[in-house]
Amino acid sequence: MQLRNSLHRYGLLAILLHWGMAILIITQFFLGEYMVDLDYYDPWYKAAPDLHRSFGVIVAILLILRLFWRLSNVHPAIIGKPWEQQAARWVHRLFYVLIIAIVISGYLITTADGQGISVFNWFEIPASFQGFENQEDIAGEFHEWFTHILILLVGLHALAALKHHFFNHDTTLSRMLGLKTNQTTTYNHNNSQE
Amino acid sequence: MTKKILLALTFLFGLASFNVQAAEHYTIDTKGMHAFVTFKVKHLGYSWLQGRFNHFSGEFDFDEAHPANNKVKFELDVNSLDSNHAERDKHLRSERFFDAKKFPKATFVSSQWVDNGHGKATLKGKFTLRGVTKNISIDVSQIGAGKDPWGGFRRGFEGTTTLHLSDYNMKEANILGPVAEDVQIWLSIEGVRK
Repeated sequence: MQLRNSLHRYGLLAILLHWGMAILIITQFFLGEYMVDLDYYDPWYKAAPDLHRSFGVIVAILLILRLFWRLSNVHPAIIGKPWEQQAARWVHRLFYVLIIAIVISGYLITTADGQGISVFNWFEIPASFQGFENQEDIAGEFHEWFTHILILLVGLHALAALKHHFFNHDTTLSRMLGLKTNQTTTYNHNNSQE
Repeated sequence: MTKKILLALTFLFGLASFNVQAAEHYTIDTKGMHAFVTFKVKHLGYSWLQGRFNHFSGEFDFDEAHPANNKVKFELDVNSLDSNHAERDKHLRSERFFDAKKFPKATFVSSQWVDNGHGKATLKGKFTLRGVTKNISIDVSQIGAGKDPWGGFRRGFEGTTTLHLSDYNMKEANILGPVAEDVQIWLSIEGVRK
């Protein structure tokens, strides 16, 4: 499989970025929900937030890479009715905006008193903005709201993909899985491109 | 005779007005921030964790001749809690500890000032925190009083008391257990005479 996208297929990098971030983001959501309810003496009390912060920074790095890749690369056309295409476009824009907002608000919680963010004890992101009073509380509210909206959107996105796969029998899902499909129209088309 | 009565009356009135003046009214100096509300509590039983509240206000009456007339009124902004670590502050403000969103204010209203001589006193009063009102007593000692270089008159005290987490419905009290049950309060209060 080639690295770059074509007009009919997703390349390896786009596929890896998509699924890597999908797994990370869903993990982050449940890890976040889990860690805030831990007791002080729980063995995970320190490790869970450490992981959550580190994964968060990884999400940020992957997102930058992904946006760069998105802008410097073609991508296959969205399949569906015009309103579906329009909806898909807006959902994706919202995904990007929300992830950016979640990363920033998460950063503002931890760094509100000048504390840096240690990423797997490997490197540290320094604090840079201590701008308003009770920054950690306000940023925390936004972080919580945005992540809940994001996870709803993830659900919607997954349902839409399954609908395309099982009801419309198109290649929306399989091309993101990097599968060779037997679906005639796209398959033939693909072959001629490759 | 009438002259004598008049004289006596004038004397009594004078005394009475002198008495009224004898109770000095002070505002706690939060403008120049010469007042501190700090707490310390044991971390795991191995060390002290120290924090403070940054925003509060109050006033007191001080009557050198009749200490029983001394009065204190004090209000504290729970959200201004500061332990020099944003995530911990957020945790302490949450419903597991202070529930600062629901109970943003803590108050103290004195009920009795017991003079113990040598500038020491026991200040009793009602303390309200997290919606719970308890009778507490604070050991007070006067540090000093006198004219300041800017035309005012100041009087300062320090106060100590010990509060108990479980008295104020802190959910986390059960989890942290006896190690963190006692919270030592240290107050430094400077009043500017009105």
